[in-house]
This record gives sequence, C-alpha cells and structure tokens, in this order.
Amino acid sequence: MNKRNIVLFIGGLIFGFGLAWGGMAKPEIVLNFLQLKDYGLLLLMGAASMTAFVAINIVPRFLPEPILGGEFKPRTRQLSRNTILGAVIFGLGWGLSGQCPGSSLASLGIGNLMIIPGIAAMFIGAYAMGRFFGS
Amino acid sequence: MFPLGIYPYIIGGLIIGIGVAFVYIMTGLHSTQSSFFSSTISYFSKIPYFQRKTYIDSREWRLYFAAGVILGAVVYALTISGFWTTDVQLWRILIGGFLVGFGTRLSSGCTSGHGISGLASLSTTSLLAVITFIVFGVISANIVQFLGVLP
Repeated sequence: MNKRNIVLFIGGLIFGFGLAWGGMAKPEIVLNFLQLKDYGLLLLMGAASMTAFVAINIVPRFLPEPILGGEFKPRTRQLSRNTILGAVIFGLGWGLSGQCPGSSLASLGIGNLMIIPGIAAMFIGAYAMGRFFGS
Repeated sequence: MFPLGIYPYIIGGLIIGIGVAFVYIMTGLHSTQSSFFSSTISYFSKIPYFQRKTYIDSREWRLYFAAGVILGAVVYALTISGFWTTDVQLWRILIGGFLVGFGTRLSSGCTSGHGISGLASLSTTSLLAVITFIVFGVISANIVQFLGVLP
C-alpha cells in the first residue's frame, strides 16, 4: 500500500466521521433540510468549504507543492448544459431520497443497511449516464 | 431554523473540511465523492467513457478513500451515536439513488465535488451547480412531503 493510498484512506476516515457527526449520514436529516425545517446543512457545507478554501487557496502560498509530490491545482470545471441538467436530475433524486454519494457511504457505516440498494442504484445510474450519454 | 442546534453541523462540516484539506495538502488531489462510481466501473466496463485516463488513474485511491469514508462513519457509530437505520421507503431509495448516480456524473460533481471542493476553489460552474441541485432538491422533497409520503 503506497503512501498516497494511506493518505486517502485516512482522509476518508476523517471525512466519513464528519459526515456522520454532521448528520448527513441520515437521509431524514437531509430531508429535513430540503423540506426547509432545519437549515443546519448550510452551516455544514459552509464550514467544510471554508476549511477546504484555506487548504486550496492559502496553504499553497507557503508550500510550493503537496508534501507527497504532485501539484496544487484548484478544482474547476467548464460550465456546460450538462452541468446544470445533471444538477437538476441529482437534485430531484436527492430530494426524493435524502441520499447523495458521500453521505450514502457514511450511512452504510452507521449501520444503515437499507442504503445498500441505493448505492447499487447510484452505480447503475452512473453506468447508464456513461453508457448512453458519455462522450 | 436549527431544531438540533448549530454545533453538530458546524463541527461535522469542519471535520469534513479537515479531511479534504489533509488530502489536498499531502497529495494535491481533490477528494470528492461521485467520481468513485465511474472510476470503479472502469474496472469492469470496456466502454470508452469509463476507460478515460482520469478514471483509470484515480480508481485505486478512490477505493481507499471510499473505504475510509465508510469506516470513519463506523467509528462514529461505535464511539458516539450507536447504529441506526432509515425509515425512508425502498422505492425512494432506489429511484432516488438512480437519479443521484446519473445526475452527479452528468454534472461532473455532487455535494462534495461542487459543494465543497468546487466552492472552495471559487468555481462559478460549481456555484451554479450547487444552487441548481439545492433548488431542485427543495422542490422534490416538498412534492414528496405534499403527497403525504413520510419521512
């Protein structure tokens, strides 16, 4: 197991622990947010992205490159019709079920075996997208 | 506005951000979630879309990352919360899961890719995606609630 994979595993442990702490591992809490009963997930997303903001925008001023090598490059994507159409479809599924990709893995971790068919359906959805609409 | 208080959300968000920051500072990689599906499919499917370099190159670390996410939540359940199961109906989990898998890959990002790493990178594309999926998530969740389907 190389060092990079160990880092990703530890990063995943932290990420999953945080998802569980912040309630995102429970579809009910996500649904409460989307049904506008509890705005807490906005705080969660804000706190997470501000912490990541420091790593992406400020740390590289003091550190020339990542500690294990590679390069610092912000995550940018070209805007296209698919970005928005995909976000519409994702949003509809998110609001129907209260699950998103990372939270469904964390949900499995807190013992929610009911989410396994949801993760399988996500794989099928990702496959269908690539199979029929991927270019 | 915050029936469960604000601290679980702020602390949870900070921990998530620390995980993302740790991976970025160590490797320069953006530890986002939904690409995991496509990169894992690349092990099995010969379709050119899945055989892209970006999926082949990242598929191994994405598996380690996903395993970490699951185990991190296991640790939380063992130490703090105990285990738990949802009451959301299977049909919603199945249809919703399909739409989530399809939509996040079409959009090239999900709540973590656009919502955390994208916003932290000051990407306007991600900002538009986040606004879109939250608006449509609210619409969808409220239709479900209006139809009397609980939770």
